[in-house]
Amino acid sequence: MTYLTKPKFHHPSLPKNALGYTRRDYEAATSTLCAGCGHDSISAAIIEASFELAIEPHRVAKISGIGCSSKTPTYFLGASHGFNSVHGRMPSVLTGANLANRDLIYLGISGDGDSASIGFGQFAHALRRGVNMTYIVENNGVYGLTKGQFSATADRGSKSKKGAVNTDNAIDLVAMALQLGATFVARSFSGDKTQLVPIIKAAIAHRGAAFIDVISPCIAFNNHPGSTKSLDYVRAHNEAVNALDIMIGRDAITVDYEPGKVVEVTQHDGSVLTLRKLNDDYDPSDRLAAMNFLQQEAARGRIVTGLLYVDGEADDLHRHFNTVAMPLNQLNEPELCPGSKALDKINAGLR
Amino acid sequence: MPLTAVNDFVIRFANVNGSGSASANEMFARAIMRMGIPMSPRNVFPSNIQGLPTWYEVRVTEANHLGARGGTDIMVAMNPQTYNADVASIEPDGYLVYDSTRAMPPGKPRTDINLIGIPLTAICNKEYSDPRQRQLFKNIICIGALSALLDMDITELEKLVGEQYRSKEKLIQPNIHALHLGRAYAEANFKCPIGLKLKRSDKVGDRILIEGNAAAALGAVYGGATVCAWYPITPSSSVAENFTKFCGKYRHDPATGEARYAIVQAEDEIASIGMVVGAAWNGARAFTATSGPGISLMQELFGFAYFAEIPSVIIDVQRAGPSTGMPTRTQQCDLINCAYASHGDTKHILLMPEDAAEAFEFTAGAFDYADRLQTPVFVLLDLDIGMNHRLSRPLQWDDARLYDRGKVMTAADLEAGKDFGRYTDVDGDAIPFRTYPGTHPTKGGYFTRGTSHDARAKYSEEGVDYVEGMQRLLRKHETAKGILPRPLRHDAGKPTRFGVIYYGSTAPAMHEAAEILTARGHTLDLMRVRAFPFHQDVASFIADHDFVFVVEQNRDAQLRSLIVNELDIDPVRLVPILHYDGTSITARFISAAIGDRLDALKVTPLRKAMS
Repeated sequence: MTYLTKPKFHHPSLPKNALGYTRRDYEAATSTLCAGCGHDSISAAIIEASFELAIEPHRVAKISGIGCSSKTPTYFLGASHGFNSVHGRMPSVLTGANLANRDLIYLGISGDGDSASIGFGQFAHALRRGVNMTYIVENNGVYGLTKGQFSATADRGSKSKKGAVNTDNAIDLVAMALQLGATFVARSFSGDKTQLVPIIKAAIAHRGAAFIDVISPCIAFNNHPGSTKSLDYVRAHNEAVNALDIMIGRDAITVDYEPGKVVEVTQHDGSVLTLRKLNDDYDPSDRLAAMNFLQQEAARGRIVTGLLYVDGEADDLHRHFNTVAMPLNQLNEPELCPGSKALDKINAGLR
Repeated sequence: MPLTAVNDFVIRFANVNGSGSASANEMFARAIMRMGIPMSPRNVFPSNIQGLPTWYEVRVTEANHLGARGGTDIMVAMNPQTYNADVASIEPDGYLVYDSTRAMPPGKPRTDINLIGIPLTAICNKEYSDPRQRQLFKNIICIGALSALLDMDITELEKLVGEQYRSKEKLIQPNIHALHLGRAYAEANFKCPIGLKLKRSDKVGDRILIEGNAAAALGAVYGGATVCAWYPITPSSSVAENFTKFCGKYRHDPATGEARYAIVQAEDEIASIGMVVGAAWNGARAFTATSGPGISLMQELFGFAYFAEIPSVIIDVQRAGPSTGMPTRTQQCDLINCAYASHGDTKHILLMPEDAAEAFEFTAGAFDYADRLQTPVFVLLDLDIGMNHRLSRPLQWDDARLYDRGKVMTAADLEAGKDFGRYTDVDGDAIPFRTYPGTHPTKGGYFTRGTSHDARAKYSEEGVDYVEGMQRLLRKHETAKGILPRPLRHDAGKPTRFGVIYYGSTAPAMHEAAEILTARGHTLDLMRVRAFPFHQDVASFIADHDFVFVVEQNRDAQLRSLIVNELDIDPVRLVPILHYDGTSITARFISAAIGDRLDALKVTPLRKAMS
């Protein structure tokens, strides 16, 4: 944690993206989280992904709940509209916001307490509705703001900092997301920026409900021996099934891949997801197989990471509702009000 | 002597839920309306799906008394299960219409009522072989018989059958046949009409027959709501269902067929209000419809929307609480829970429509008030208004009316250099400007949070910033008083020490009660409160009287408490008149309760008493 505010001036040679923005334009206030917190790495990955995608920062709505993770929208994309809502209710607030204006990019930022406990219901329903969003859970298995209680994603048998052993079964949000019909499901690790940044980029480009579970060790309360969410533990048990490159439609594919080692998925917006297979048997377009594989590996104590499932033909809630292309918040009296003549007819029918 | 009355009686149908009686009963009520006679129907139904009792009451009232009257002059007893209680509830010298096919259920017969036995089952069985037909036509045959007994114009019933089955023409003739079967039996076996009669009149005028929930839904359509998030709960579900129906009709792009609205049946009430808050934050007009238990669940986000100043509209169709309470019975019991909803110091805008027409107007208006005041607005309906058809003045819309979107700073404003501080009171009405997310690349962005913030939306725990914000929210409520629908005062025309304050669905019963009390020699000034926070006129009205009766439908005198609390009124001067058994409040109840108190206060001079 640093108390120094970042200087505003830019080095003239800072690289710029297609919109002419530098990385600094995607940054925000200095984090007040603990030094070394995994969440800060995720914020950095979001900044990097947004910079590389050349997103207009003000066209992003970053919406969160309550908790350490939900504080992070203050620390990235300072020019975006932030909404720090109430505990566990980010998914509903995001759903409503998305319905009002389908043209913005929606980043839902949540934690394991926010999404797997108090907000488990809203997590589930936002995914099953197919809200077009990138839903990131910064998952550390512990309540940090209230100093170290287990969360619902803490593994059974893992040990708290004070020595208590968790006897409850863990909720695997990735397994849930797959079952609930999320059309983009990934897991990553806050310490693996190379893996995380392309996943966030692909999720933003995805039209539909994209869910990313990011294991993010809590330096203060869950980084000790006996924890299954510590830096060391996650590093030792991480099994990445693929490595992702995302190509926005207009870009030419320039990287050469070994034949048979690549899966390509074209998304609605024209972006091409190129997945280098790290596990030959893993097929990210097969939802059932993904669910099986996750369970098998979990039983072996492995944490599976990578882009685990993607449906290139995904739809979103607006498509289900067949809403007009113009955002609902821009419609006015002529489009919305049936007028007095229609009302007279209604009156006549009620006599 | 059998009861006699023309266009002034109460008929009650005691039915078995799910037997198809509802549409026949409604047709009966509509035929009376078509004869130009004002009438007021009420559904009385228990909280279950099928097989238990349900009642449909029609008050025929040439004098336009649309509140419930109490008592039954003619009972159509079709439910053996409730037969004894139904018979017991008939007014002395009233009438009992029953199915005489089988022997009457055991029980002490009443000798002070008039029996009209019609062998409905026998007539049906002779005419129809299909069991479902027998059931359905039995209701129609009964209505046919009543048309003769009450001298109802049969052509009105025939026309209604034609309208109802316009798309299923095959059913028109059989239904008309069934009507005549009943009518012919009654004409052949009884002296028709009986003492209670219908006589064509012209007192309905251009009024319409509509349920408050449907009117509120139309108000949301006309008021420009584009996002509706809701969770099913009696008695509010038909608000969202009607909104869905009307949007299907009026809100699709004629060229593409695409929807200019989004309706989500959410997973619960918390998600419903979350979606409303999210959508409204993002500049759409959004609402939810719920009832008491939903209001309890939504509390946290009400506080958020109040503190972060996000417009939102909540339609609360009140039912009897606490807890599950009596879910199909009416009350006005959510006032306090809505007025001060959520933790911390909060206060919310309440609108209290008296009927369907105001449900339409206030709901449409609620979106303007919410956008203008940037705060939650509650439209307080109740089951009595929401789920009953009621005669109402026609709904009206001024095509020149524009939506008041409140203080929204546009990209052009920002570009022109207007200073934007999200929570800054720039022009003294305590309402700040807001931007819709995504307005401008570098200006106009801000962080929305439930934590305390300064005038520029920056997180702040400074006491000064917090107090300033909380004080401004109070001042905003002062601004609201000048914007919201004003209370309506109706003075008796001669001096009186007594006033009455009432609101919502109590209105028709109160107006009738005032007539009764006037006839009893009591003079009362009336004030109908229509919004919270209270306009100054409410305090003035109370100041003008020694005692003010506050008539409402809950146990704890919630409006009275609000008045005492907000206007610093001595509680002794506000006399609670409370009706909360779940049935609609009646003029009989109000006039008795107020009249008895006034009688006790009325000191007759000794000389006059002796003479």
